[in-house]
Amino acid sequence: MYKAKVNITLRKSILDPKGKAAHHALQNLGLKNVEDVRIGKFVEMNIEAGSKEEAQDIAETACAKLLANEVMEDYRIDIE
Amino acid sequence: MAKNIGVIVFPGSNCDHDAYHAIKHVMNAEAKFLWHKDTDLSGIDLLIVPGGFSYGDYLRSGAIARFSPVMNAVQQYVKEGRPVLGICNGFQILLEAGLLPGAMLHNEKLRFVCKNVHIRVESTRSQFTSGLTKGDVLKIPVSHGEGNYFIDSDGLKFLEENDQIAFRYCTEKGEIKEEANFNGSVSSIAGITNLEGNVLGMMPHPERAMETVLGNTDGITFFNSVFNELQIA
Repeated sequence: MYKAKVNITLRKSILDPKGKAAHHALQNLGLKNVEDVRIGKFVEMNIEAGSKEEAQDIAETACAKLLANEVMEDYRIDIE
Repeated sequence: MAKNIGVIVFPGSNCDHDAYHAIKHVMNAEAKFLWHKDTDLSGIDLLIVPGGFSYGDYLRSGAIARFSPVMNAVQQYVKEGRPVLGICNGFQILLEAGLLPGAMLHNEKLRFVCKNVHIRVESTRSQFTSGLTKGDVLKIPVSHGEGNYFIDSDGLKFLEENDQIAFRYCTEKGEIKEEANFNGSVSSIAGITNLEGNVLGMMPHPERAMETVLGNTDGITFFNSVFNELQIA
């Protein structure tokens, strides 16, 4: 059994208003060192697969077909 | 022969009855509901994918609805060149299904916006807008939190070159200005068609602007255009 951890974020070129609002609030909190905030989604999947590569392939398919919308989002998959 | 208009109902649709009412009681045409598990679209002359919050907008607006059984039938229906109108969440579903290009982001200012806005007719190429005049301004309500239309610059160029932009947000006088683009959409886009012109997605709700008692009847102007071309009336 493998665990796929997927991070989905808005593509860098796209304005992230939620991240911007959170950044603004952090500034108000006095955390002036925080320079940029991007907010995304985190997805964890348990995958039954014969190898790490197979688990990676399955997670890729899941991301490309459903979990992320590649028109506006990037994703990163870590398999454990 | 009477024409049939189908309104798809997903779990979480909430403008399905508005669309049904507008078609049946204001436009006096035949309307029927189609459940998201239906797969038979025979005899349907116009398909409406209504607004709402299908599947609670989980993951992304429209992302889950796209996998409903009826959507395979909708793909086939579109391939056959038959007309599909997606309103609000319906537009989002058509984007997720790949039937229209682009994607929807959260409104730039993160607010859910529910008010009358003005949209300008940018193209009369499609079967939905052929009865309108380019430059016409319609007052139509919007009601969405994720209507910030996004497409990359190549995609936008393609839309423009192929006359696929149906509506843009504008001022009351029909000017395209930043202040009228309340949700931050690329190029003030409020509605687009597919290349073939048989699929229209739009964020504003014409079905909510059908009666004097509700203070706005510009939706009738839009549906008259749709109905004339499809010879529904």
